[in-house]
Amino acid sequence: MSGTKLIMNFEVTPTSHGLADYRARGGYATLEKVLREMRPEEVTKEVAASGILGHGGAAFPAGRKWGVIRLNDGIPHYLCSNADEGEPGTFKDRWILEHAPHLLIESMAITAFALQVRHAFIYIRGEFDLPWRRIAGAVEEAYAAGWLGDRIAGTDFSLDLIVYRGAGSYVCGEASGLLTSLEGRKGYPRNRPPRLTVRGLYQRPTVINNVETLANVTGIVRDGAAAFRKIGTAKSPGTQLISISGHVQRPGVYEVEYGYPFAKFIREDCGGVLGGLGLKCVVPGGISTKVLTAADIEPLTLDHASVAAAGSGLGSGGMVVVAEGTCMVRFLQVLVRFYHHESCGQCTPCREGMGWMHRIIDRIVEGGGRPEDLDQLVAISRMNDGTTICGMGDAAGYATIGILAKYRDEFEYWVANKRSKLAGNLEGTVHA
Amino acid sequence: MKHLIPEFMAMRRRLPEGFEPSLVLPCLRRIQEDRGHVADEDIDGLAAWLGVPRIQIEEVLSFYTQFRRAPVGRWHVQACRNLSCSMRGAEGVIAHLERRLGIETGQTTPDGRYTLSTVECLGSCGTAPVVMVNETYHEDMSPERLDALLESLSR
Repeated sequence: MSGTKLIMNFEVTPTSHGLADYRARGGYATLEKVLREMRPEEVTKEVAASGILGHGGAAFPAGRKWGVIRLNDGIPHYLCSNADEGEPGTFKDRWILEHAPHLLIESMAITAFALQVRHAFIYIRGEFDLPWRRIAGAVEEAYAAGWLGDRIAGTDFSLDLIVYRGAGSYVCGEASGLLTSLEGRKGYPRNRPPRLTVRGLYQRPTVINNVETLANVTGIVRDGAAAFRKIGTAKSPGTQLISISGHVQRPGVYEVEYGYPFAKFIREDCGGVLGGLGLKCVVPGGISTKVLTAADIEPLTLDHASVAAAGSGLGSGGMVVVAEGTCMVRFLQVLVRFYHHESCGQCTPCREGMGWMHRIIDRIVEGGGRPEDLDQLVAISRMNDGTTICGMGDAAGYATIGILAKYRDEFEYWVANKRSKLAGNLEGTVHA
Repeated sequence: MKHLIPEFMAMRRRLPEGFEPSLVLPCLRRIQEDRGHVADEDIDGLAAWLGVPRIQIEEVLSFYTQFRRAPVGRWHVQACRNLSCSMRGAEGVIAHLERRLGIETGQTTPDGRYTLSTVECLGSCGTAPVVMVNETYHEDMSPERLDALLESLSR
């Protein structure tokens, strides 16, 4: 078993997402205690001391982000939960929205108190239907029970929480693109500085945290930073929700204590590769992280430092297992098509570069590839790195360079022979 | 869209002062739910009611993949073709849908009942392949399960 559970620590039943069940599990007691007994600075101090890292992909310390907000500066501050879960392979926040919506609401209310926020938002991707109905239903339950709205629990603290639905856009999962979308415009990311904690939503200081990051706040404040730090590793305290898919026996969402052995997780917890096949490689944290081969993951543990040392990242916890026999040319084609589709078009290197890469990979698959195409893909990837407003172009490049570095022979074979070195599909031999 | 204005007012209730432009997306979602797509007159009406430039609404409509300027079939079938779904048989799912519906991806059946599209990741990778019909996800799809789904929609 993969260690302590901080989020997935209750039995999922037809009613477990509702307010009554959440109250029976001790829900909203921490919020009430915070509002009655703590000062906002104390809450932030506790979260900073916990060392929790952001769970959206970048692993930025949440406490440091919160620390930028200046209390009593006389201007409104906003809090936003990033529920625009769209990194392919990632579906962990969906679990929280569907099964633990009140944990997110209570945590956001505690966070809003710490940051002196009067209006908070949950920006949820437009395609999510059940997760939206669950979180929107929970928000109404919380209002009716007095856990949101005016003078919460009879104190001076008031909070409105607005659930805001996107309408189909990957780039809106990037924090500044998300805010532009929340302002009712096309979701173009913005240049930083100024940081969003200085000038965010409608130019006011705004903290944006991933759903899972926020969901941990209630537990951290209830049990204390010291207790949180006992879980996981020194550099990655706590747990990570990992959503695992692809050629794996038991796909799904798992809560893993940081530091858990990587290969053991796939082999034992998730039942290994589908159909008992060999493991070719793993996408560790969403498709924008570099693939790791079966040999690469053997010595690794599931925490940020360990996976980063292998040249990749735990990212958003979106893990994709790839069986032997899977064609990596077709694999990259799917990724590049996706990035081209989702480039918002604001920055020239990404807008043009994604199109070039997409046309090149399509040309290779159609049998018209040229030997220089492979270097060209790498050159375009490098051109994107650091030359765009947001990190999407960089991410597409990392994924491309990662696959080409490890499976260049498959690309060379396809260019030379106009067909796949393998079965030529993404189902590998799984469905053969 | 005029008959929806009371609902738009309700949406504004919890928003802070000055956040009216934020209503563009939720209002367009509601309009599309009501009419099936967003028409020119909706854009004019919404721009006037919110006091935002018409171009801002046009930009939003063309930027986000879920908004439509033209009607689709009664059932909008959207098959995910991103990585995890492709690895679990999305190509076969799409081919099966094209065959069963007698149309290609991007088309609507002549009787106006079905429109078939492909989409990028829907965040349902653990239950791949996934097909979204209107608002609802149908997960762990196979040819047999697709047949059962189409059968239930045809009733």
